[in-house]
Amino acid sequence: MTPLSIMMSGTKTVEPPSAVAIAGVSHSYGTRQALDDVTFAIAPSTFAVLLGLNGAGKSTLFSLITRLYAVQRGHIRVFGHEVGRASGEALRLVGVVFQSRTLDLDLSVVQNLTYHAALHGIGKHEGRARADDVLARIALSDRANDKVRNLSGGQMRRVEIARALLHRPRLLVLDEPTVGLDIKSRADILGYVRRLVLEDGASVLWATHLIDEIADDDDVIVLHQGRVLAHGSVPRVLDAAGAKDIHAAFTRLTQGTDAAIEAS
Amino acid sequence: MTVELATFPRVTGFAPVQYAICLKGIVWREGLRFLHQRERFVAALVRPLVWLFIFAAGFRQVLGVSIIPPYETYVLYEVYITPGLMLLIQLFNGMQSSLSMVYDREMGNMRTLLVSPMPRWFLLSSKLVAGMAVSLPQVYTFLAIAWFWEIEAPPLGYIAVLPALILTGLMLGALGMLMSSVSKQLENFAGAMNFVIFPMFFASSALYPLWRVREASPLLYYVCQLNPFTHAVELVRFALYCQINWISLAVVGGCTALFMVGAILAYDPARGFLARRGEPGGGT
Repeated sequence: MTPLSIMMSGTKTVEPPSAVAIAGVSHSYGTRQALDDVTFAIAPSTFAVLLGLNGAGKSTLFSLITRLYAVQRGHIRVFGHEVGRASGEALRLVGVVFQSRTLDLDLSVVQNLTYHAALHGIGKHEGRARADDVLARIALSDRANDKVRNLSGGQMRRVEIARALLHRPRLLVLDEPTVGLDIKSRADILGYVRRLVLEDGASVLWATHLIDEIADDDDVIVLHQGRVLAHGSVPRVLDAAGAKDIHAAFTRLTQGTDAAIEAS
Repeated sequence: MTVELATFPRVTGFAPVQYAICLKGIVWREGLRFLHQRERFVAALVRPLVWLFIFAAGFRQVLGVSIIPPYETYVLYEVYITPGLMLLIQLFNGMQSSLSMVYDREMGNMRTLLVSPMPRWFLLSSKLVAGMAVSLPQVYTFLAIAWFWEIEAPPLGYIAVLPALILTGLMLGALGMLMSSVSKQLENFAGAMNFVIFPMFFASSALYPLWRVREASPLLYYVCQLNPFTHAVELVRFALYCQINWISLAVVGGCTALFMVGAILAYDPARGFLARRGEPGGGT
């Protein structure tokens, strides 16, 4: 796989196929370029952070991975399945948590989950069993029959994550999942998703603009104005930017591009 | 889940039973949502009943309806406009369930639907079937109330009208879905009312027989003839009296297919409105 070797050459060997491989992806809305030649790949069982400010192109990238928008240029592969051509195969391997809330507020937690199961062709009994299973894992079993409307913001997010896991995907993509949550809920959710990687071998692409959500052994992709400015382990990104911490590295990287863009 | 995450079996495609589960799930959810929105049900019934009890009663003296097929005797004006009001229910229902998909509040539900690995044409068709299914109990409740108002069709007609209602429900749902994808102006319901629901309803045979329209304005007559809603009304009117209006059946069938294909193409990620919605301020 060429995209992989471009990004990863000389750093570490990754066994193909990557959990998600993005190669030369550009996307524009009319004249506005949202993504510009984005290329990176995430190894299986990795917690990868897509770091960028609002408007960096994170949501656009997520919409492309989940095939809400068609890829205009480049390729996106999920465990080797191209999203454009084998979208069914690719999508069944992906669990998504969107930035905006997408639960049905008038339905109960379990109804939301079994609906999602049905969308994946999973029958009622199996869906119900899986719902009980995932609810136990996010410690919400006692709220199973409550209307979603009556849950707190943090609980809703946990239900959305549970829903994303219901069809047992291998890749979980989350678009700013902690936005609008209090500190404890944020920590809970982050901890829960990290455990999925450690214990279950899930691969996670976690978009955020919050630097304190990054751990030292994460894979980091810095996205700014539609371009990937850096990608690799935290030490590697720090090295490349010549900075002491991620915050400084991010500032230095993004200022560099801003200056370059202004100069051009 | 621990084990399965790591050893996901490599399978291709979906079995027919999985398609059935998916369709059932989508219809079930639409039904649940409908049950939760009691105001919507009440509004859906009050609207045609107002027409029936007030408008029709008032106009009964003004408008004489001569004997035209499928009626074999003189009929009261209330009887004449009943099929049109049945379709009015379906028209509102179709617009509501399809347009509601694009309201910001509902955008999330559309996303949930579209990231399912099932083929997109199947998801959208299922959504249409679900919207149509929800319209049926509304129409039959209306018919039941009308029956007490002494608007009675032949008993078999109540069964014969079901396939017609299924087809017209799909057509109007598909029209709403197509509109939701191509026009930004119609994202609010008032816009849909003014530019679609009212013109379609009034420029049709729902409220007055077309021969009367022809006397008043030949131009309007042709507009009515070209209006698919006219044919939906006539299809239902004839079916209610256990007859088939072949021309209307052909028009409604053709329009259903056309609108559905249009809606599926419009929701294709490469060209559809979803990508346009992604423009700045579009909620990405």
